[in-house]
Amino acid sequence: MIKLEVKNSSKYFEKNNNVFCALKSTDMAITEGKFVSIIGPSGCGKSTLFNIIAGLLKPSTGQVLLDGKNIIGESGRVGYMLQKDLLLPWRSILDNVILGLEIRGTSKKEARKRALPMLKKYGLNGFENHFPSELSGGMKQRAALLRTLLYDQDVILLDEPFGALDAQTRLLMQSWLLKIWGDFKKTILFVTHDIDEAIYLSDEIYIFSHRPGCIKDHVTVNLSRPRNEATFTDSLFLNLKQKLLASLAEEQEQTMRS
Amino acid sequence: MEGNTEKIILSQSTFSSQVEDEKSEKEKIVVEDESHAVRVRKIIIAGQIIAGIMIIVLWEGLSRIGWLDSYYWSRPSIIVRTGWMAVSTGTLLEDTFYTAGATIIGFILGTLAGSMIGLSFWWSTIYARITEPYLVAFNAVPKLALAPVLVIMFGIGFESKAILAFLMTVIVAALAACSGVNSVDRDLEKMLFSLGAKKRHVFTKVVIPSAIPWMVSSLKINIALALAGTIVGEFISSRQGIGRMILYAGQIMDLNLVWVGVVVLSVLSIVMYLGTLWLEKWLLKNRKY
Repeated sequence: MIKLEVKNSSKYFEKNNNVFCALKSTDMAITEGKFVSIIGPSGCGKSTLFNIIAGLLKPSTGQVLLDGKNIIGESGRVGYMLQKDLLLPWRSILDNVILGLEIRGTSKKEARKRALPMLKKYGLNGFENHFPSELSGGMKQRAALLRTLLYDQDVILLDEPFGALDAQTRLLMQSWLLKIWGDFKKTILFVTHDIDEAIYLSDEIYIFSHRPGCIKDHVTVNLSRPRNEATFTDSLFLNLKQKLLASLAEEQEQTMRS
Repeated sequence: MEGNTEKIILSQSTFSSQVEDEKSEKEKIVVEDESHAVRVRKIIIAGQIIAGIMIIVLWEGLSRIGWLDSYYWSRPSIIVRTGWMAVSTGTLLEDTFYTAGATIIGFILGTLAGSMIGLSFWWSTIYARITEPYLVAFNAVPKLALAPVLVIMFGIGFESKAILAFLMTVIVAALAACSGVNSVDRDLEKMLFSLGAKKRHVFTKVVIPSAIPWMVSSLKINIALALAGTIVGEFISSRQGIGRMILYAGQIMDLNLVWVGVVVLSVLSIVMYLGTLWLEKWLLKNRKY
């Protein structure tokens, strides 16, 4: 079943009297429960696309359908997590995680009661009363993702959530994310620069081209689940990596030339 | 190095008492470190007290031997005596409360009103852009120069002093809150909107908490400004207050009483400053970043 559909969406910005295209007629259909990644060079309109799906930006043309209903300009219909953790520094981790519930009108007490077991289960046990500044980068990203999850939308957008983490932590976080995804059965749309990360996590990968941003390629990842360290050396993985690298290299070249 | 390892191995393998010895030895070192810091702090505090006492003793001594003219400079012992007289036979206590009351009321109302003005700028950029230059311009107006107008407008009573204190503080508070609003991280707003927040949610959950440190930072300046406003109001025309007492004492050439006023105002100012520090601490008590 198609959960999220992006139809012929594009976005034009005007800057110093020059109109430029950040996103060119993009079509995507995301099946329910899938993990879908988007990779592409920087400035390829990935964030623009996410802002449009999240309802923070209106597209110049086209539609975004969630369960067949147009959600253009409606924020709060999908969960959205940005690269920065954006935890409120004056709130404890627990109170940060319940932010979405609070906005929906759940009482603080009730929200805390619902969030606490999740913190315990997903690697933040004992940190619920700490403040964000006392946590490591990986921990903060966990809290930010749990906040998005607890907001409880079927579709979750993740914009390079592990981009700022070191390689070791990143690996841990990827496995952690797969575990959460397995438990919650959400539909995830994931932006990354990292080809390994995209293949390791995803069911499908969209490759975006450089300016104007549009979909260049779409591949299905047929690696079996659950995935683990061995996945990284699977011949299927390596073949796919080679293919994606070549495809991205073309894009990089064009970026250099332009 | 080698000896050290040997010791640890010994203590681990043979006698538990030796482990304890080792422990207590380590603890001693830590305790010594702390006691050093405590000692330094004690020395600093003692030094500060001694310096204060020396200034008073020097003042007293120099004016007694005539190096300082006690007519102009008075003398600590005379100030204390005159002060006591003013308390027991005069109205020094009432005057102090009058001045403190006008200052604190003006300060609280000015800070609250100013903060609200500053925070309101978040709601509309157009409104903020139109208003801001006037705020800056009004901040540049020497508001103390308006004191005669205010005294005529609001009478020589308590109100005119509180209003002057209010005017002194309101703009500073508004500008501080305005800076706070401008410093709000746009991505935090975006994140909240993505969680389905309305503008009022963003305002209460992000804008106000982000602006609090900015508003708090203006409190210490504002309490001093409020006191200055009240005193000038009392100088212009008043029946009560420390400002009036100083003006009256100057007119009858009772410089000792002027000094009493100055000392009382200094103490008042320090007490209110400490109160502000406490308020600051209380407002920022949950900030561990």
